[in-house]
Amino acid sequence: MADLKTLVLGRKEVAELDDEHELPHELMTVNMGPSHPAMHGTVRIVLTVDGERIVKGDVQPGYLHRCFEKEAEHATYTQIFPYTDRLNYVSPMINNCGYAMAVEKLLGITAQIPRRAEFIRVIVSEVSRITDHLTCVGASAMELGAFTPFLYFLKAREWLYTLLEEVSGARLTHSYVRVGGVGKDLPAGWLAKLEVRLTELEAVMVEVEQMLNLNKIFRDRMAGVGAISRADALAWGQTGPIGRAAGIDYDVRKDHPYSVYGEFEFDVPLGTTGDCLDRYLVRIEEIKQSMRILRQAAAAIPDGPIMIDDGRVALPPKAAAYNTIEAMIRHFKHVVDGIKVPAGEAYTFVEGGNGELGFFIVGDGTGRPYKCYVRSPSFVHLSTAEKIFHNHLIADIVPIFGMINMIGGECDK
Amino acid sequence: MAQKVVDALKAKFGDAIVATASAYGDEVVTVKRDKLTAIATFLRDDPAMAFDVPVFVTAIDLLDWRPIGARGAPDPAARPAYDPGEHNDGLRFEVCFQLRSLAHRHRLRLKVQLKETDAKLPSLTPLWAGFNWQERETFDMYGIRFDGHPDLRRIYLYDEFVGYPLRKDYPKDKRQPLVRRPDLVGDH
Repeated sequence: MADLKTLVLGRKEVAELDDEHELPHELMTVNMGPSHPAMHGTVRIVLTVDGERIVKGDVQPGYLHRCFEKEAEHATYTQIFPYTDRLNYVSPMINNCGYAMAVEKLLGITAQIPRRAEFIRVIVSEVSRITDHLTCVGASAMELGAFTPFLYFLKAREWLYTLLEEVSGARLTHSYVRVGGVGKDLPAGWLAKLEVRLTELEAVMVEVEQMLNLNKIFRDRMAGVGAISRADALAWGQTGPIGRAAGIDYDVRKDHPYSVYGEFEFDVPLGTTGDCLDRYLVRIEEIKQSMRILRQAAAAIPDGPIMIDDGRVALPPKAAAYNTIEAMIRHFKHVVDGIKVPAGEAYTFVEGGNGELGFFIVGDGTGRPYKCYVRSPSFVHLSTAEKIFHNHLIADIVPIFGMINMIGGECDK
Repeated sequence: MAQKVVDALKAKFGDAIVATASAYGDEVVTVKRDKLTAIATFLRDDPAMAFDVPVFVTAIDLLDWRPIGARGAPDPAARPAYDPGEHNDGLRFEVCFQLRSLAHRHRLRLKVQLKETDAKLPSLTPLWAGFNWQERETFDMYGIRFDGHPDLRRIYLYDEFVGYPLRKDYPKDKRQPLVRRPDLVGDH
């Protein structure tokens, strides 16, 4: 039997110690969240731990559940846009676009959306994708103790939010896109401002990558942590940066091109190991690819209308609504009854910040959807968390959860 | 796009296919409940089908389904209105499973129709693990039971919640207090 002195001095290998000195251990249940800084205030995990090792983690979402679908069933098609802003509130423009495209598909007007509106949608979507990734990477780095990248990235994110605010009038809940086009045109000189900000963002990216990529603490906490195999990622329905980090070559913008994405050159980064470090690297590369798309779109954007010329869908111009009875009635019917969408059902999906963001809408011929389901990537990704946590340490929850990038509004609907 | 999938299903499972539809680029196949698992297994494992990605699960409650056409009259082209016991055998719920194949780039929506009094069907979670939470969500919101699901609990709402909020007969403005009942947890 090893005496206490030997144990304290650590002279013996662990394997040499006999069982009598093993610390008594039993499984313990620990509650993590919802009031926990790393849980974003919206998720509770009931952990069963053996010491620091996780045996089981029961992930319980729902603390931010507002029943988006029930609200949507009672709102006109136009009134749903503010609700979509509040799904993924880090990249609301992509939600706006995805929802608008779903309604347009049911109306059968997808091909008639003006080209300038499509370009504007691509531009605001890509700006939103960058803000989404900046938030995810910045916040995750902060949770691992790297506070400076967080501040640098939030500074850059604020530049982009300011740009989107100039376009839409709201910093966060834009409600900018409309069925049939977009709400208003880009302000004069906006694209030049965007280029200035993109150049500044490039400098920030260099700074942050220098701080993180070869940082020993950051790498130790991320590399090899939370790995998921390609086969598992497929079976669990993973898309977006998480799926691509696991090696799934799937990006809706490439595989089912929508809007004008088919006209741009960009690459889809893929990981090999599917761990947290790969997810981080994929996101960083996607920011750069989004900047590539933005520059091409800014150079190629055509002039023209930004709203479809179709009385069933577009509001009449204000001058006409105030001066002619026909336009006033149309305006009234549009606002009170909503856009009449024919009976039918369609699933439309776009590449959201986190993955495949889809809207499954059932119309019944009235101005309100009969059903409006949202396929939220965060919900699908969070469902794998329990599988990923297994056999990791409690401390690993923080980077895993950070890189899953669960957005409460979207996950809890 | 996925028409050949629909044809293959018809050839192989002829009488188990209740209906097929194709609209807005989506292929929809409605199947009989007792053949769902067999059809889903075929879709996953056959190399020509290779539906390897689960996309979403949800349900449609047809209780208030009264489609309206262009002039405000009933829409003759759409599916008929819900009629308990009459035209459609009181089939009130439609459960939708959206599938995608990464290799073949095709998509398919499997549907199963259910009666209000018998709202249960086999779970597809054993085939596609990603359906786990989505089936729980459908159970939570519509009260549809998935037999063989490993962990069928409410997911967004609390166990004490009475009723299923996305059913059409659940009033939108209904409120209910949360009274803790430890005896209910994990058991419905």
